Amino acid sequence: MIEFRGVDKVFTDARGREVVAVRGLDLEVPAGEIHCLLGTSGCGKTTTLRMVNRLEESTRGQVEVGGDDVANRDVFALRRRIGYVIQSGGLFPHMTVAQNVGLMCELVGQDEPRVEARVRELLEFVGLAPAEYTMRYPGELSGGQRQRVGVARALALDPEVILMDEPFGALDPITRRRMHDEFRRLFARMGKTVLLVTHDLEEAFALADRISIMEAGELVQSGTAEELVASPANDFVREFLRGVTPGGTA
Amino acid sequence: MIRVALWLACCASLVTAQDQVVVGSKNFTESAILAEVVAQMLEAHTELRVERRTNLGGTMICHAAVRAGEIDIYVEYTGTGWAAVLEESGKIDDPLRAFVHVQRRYRDEFDVHWLEPLGLNNSYAIAMTEAKAEALGVRTVSDLRAHQAELRAGFSIEFGNRDDGYPGLAQAYDLALGSVRTLEHGLAYQAIQNGDIDLTDAYTTDGKLQRYALRVLEDDRRFFPPYHAAPLVHGATLRAHPEIGDALGRLAFRIPDAEARAMNLAVEAEGRSAAEVVRAFLEREGLTDESVASDRLDRESSGRFPTIFRLALEHLALTLVAVLLASLAAIPLGIACTTRPALRRITLGAAGVMQTVPSLALLAFMIPFLGLNVSAAIAALFLYALLPIVRNTFTGITEVDRDLVDAARGMGMTPRQILRKVELPLAARTIMAGVRTATVISIGVATLAAFIGAGGLGEPILEGLYLNDTGLILSGAIPAAVLAVLADAALARVEKRLAPRVASE
Ligand SMILES: Nc1ncnc2c1ncn2[C@@H]1O[C@H](COP(=O)(O)OP(=O)(O)OP(=O)(O)O)[C@@H](O)[C@H]1O
Ligand SMILES: [Mg+2]
Repeated sequence: MIEFRGVDKVFTDARGREVVAVRGLDLEVPAGEIHCLLGTSGCGKTTTLRMVNRLEESTRGQVEVGGDDVANRDVFALRRRIGYVIQSGGLFPHMTVAQNVGLMCELVGQDEPRVEARVRELLEFVGLAPAEYTMRYPGELSGGQRQRVGVARALALDPEVILMDEPFGALDPITRRRMHDEFRRLFARMGKTVLLVTHDLEEAFALADRISIMEAGELVQSGTAEELVASPANDFVREFLRGVTPGGTA
Repeated sequence: MIRVALWLACCASLVTAQDQVVVGSKNFTESAILAEVVAQMLEAHTELRVERRTNLGGTMICHAAVRAGEIDIYVEYTGTGWAAVLEESGKIDDPLRAFVHVQRRYRDEFDVHWLEPLGLNNSYAIAMTEAKAEALGVRTVSDLRAHQAELRAGFSIEFGNRDDGYPGLAQAYDLALGSVRTLEHGLAYQAIQNGDIDLTDAYTTDGKLQRYALRVLEDDRRFFPPYHAAPLVHGATLRAHPEIGDALGRLAFRIPDAEARAMNLAVEAEGRSAAEVVRAFLEREGLTDESVASDRLDRESSGRFPTIFRLALEHLALTLVAVLLASLAAIPLGIACTTRPALRRITLGAAGVMQTVPSLALLAFMIPFLGLNVSAAIAALFLYALLPIVRNTFTGITEVDRDLVDAARGMGMTPRQILRKVELPLAARTIMAGVRTATVISIGVATLAAFIGAGGLGEPILEGLYLNDTGLILSGAIPAAVLAVLADAALARVEKRLAPRVASE
């Protein structure tokens, strides 16, 4: 479903120096898989994610979604087929929950009753009672509720793929754990391909079908949690997984 | 403030304050009558003893006397002060400006103070018999052109030959009368009466105009210089007795040409004494009544309110149009600046420079392009309003949380949609704050619009500055300040309503 082939991403920073954020990335995420990108800060996870919906353009190599090179697709059409959820939620503070969730439906020209019905359906799907939440503003929600609205919004146009960048990063550990349980069930019900960035090992183990570990822009190892624990590819992976067993805690 | 302090200091130092004033006059009837008006007003409204010293001779004598304090007061004409005393050569076209100019130069150079004009304008005029004028339908000098071939004029020798007489007039009005003679002026009235001539020159306040039923033709192209009469006061006297200014201020614009003509006629032709004629006039006008003072105040305050209201509306309209136009230009400009750094540098730089140009200079700069009118004022206000709006639009949009814009892009919104749905609504409050700043600045700057005749609350302020009338200044300044405060408060409310909702609300 998502495929990286020999992808490099080189930034030029403010002083004109080249920063290699991603180097020679080869990765295949099959349809319906929940795939986690795991690694220390600055290793290129976000950059990798953003190349999928072309918020960053790759410097070399190819990124494909559903078999098509993303570079050849209309960028707006592409992004509308890909849900995008970021850490802060990215909800628009001047719009109600309903307006946030229904925004893209409205912008692609769906009529009002259809948008309303879709918003209700999505809120119910992420476990928020429409009657209570549609008219609220993001400022009137808890952090967890905001993330749920963020996911509802990402699902609005029924995308093939969902990209999530540290969606639970801003939550306290207890809430985060509760969200993991909830989202595991959610992911199972929606059956979408999900690429999720995190630096929280526990989160990856709780949610992912497969995990990719990155270090300094390069993919070190991909596999299920069990595979990684059973046969770490090198010392970095071993170090990273120290003391963690699949499904358990550190 | 400084001037008030100076006055107080002078008053205090003048312990030997005289309580007598000398009112002088030139050697002709009208000058003597106006001196009598001044004298009787001072007697009615001050404790001062008045000595009359009329028929002092010509302009230069009276001028020297009032400078030296030989006489304290006499009535002079703006045109005379301009040409004969100050030896200004330029042509006067605006009577108010001429008055203000003469007033300022007299004050600075001679310490002699012009009080408010009495109303009459004893200028030159072309006169025609009422009957003939009616028959031909002639009301203004321009109207003469239609009948110029058949009209016969008899002018005084001076008027007939001087450039500021008929030759200049003919040129200014493109006039070619059928026949022009010169004759001794005393005979002209007889000649026009007998039907020997149709037109003659005259002084606008000459009593004979009334006596011979002559119509004064309106000088519609303002060829003749203004000769507005106003009392002149010796500086030290006015400082010692500011009540003189108050007493004579009551006369402002109360003696129109026709009234002056009637008084001149009564003295010249009917042989009545100036004192008697003036007393009758002042009584009839209620200018010497004891109750006058409060009466006048009542009338003024009730009369001024609607005026101030109208001026405030004018002021507001001026400001709102300017700010509206500025918003229409500045908001798109500010938006464009967010994506074009070069444009941003140029725009914010230019708008910043504009802001440092003094308002009056900016107004003056507009005049050659747009003339002396409302458009020039609006253009200047417009330029002033640009910067705060452009700057706030730019900052407002760039300050929108980058994560939100990123989320919007990631959702597949086009740049236009992001601008419309995300950036503008979130920047609205900041943009509105810019509009608010622009409005408040504009309300202040708009008081200067009066300088170029565009109206507004600057009018009473300007007039008050000219006439040194603090009350008048405040009657414009206070409403302008109130307007600014109200506009500020109203727009602050709008601004607040535009704020994105947060948890605490
Ligand atoms: N726009 C940019 N210009 C220059 N360098 C960039 C830019 N974006 C990212 N980088 C660099 O690329 C590298 C990878 O950044 P990226 O944001 O992908 O890391 P990350 O793995 O998501 O880190 P974190 O866990 O802290 O979010 C970093 O060294 C970063 O400094
Ligand atoms: Mg990141």
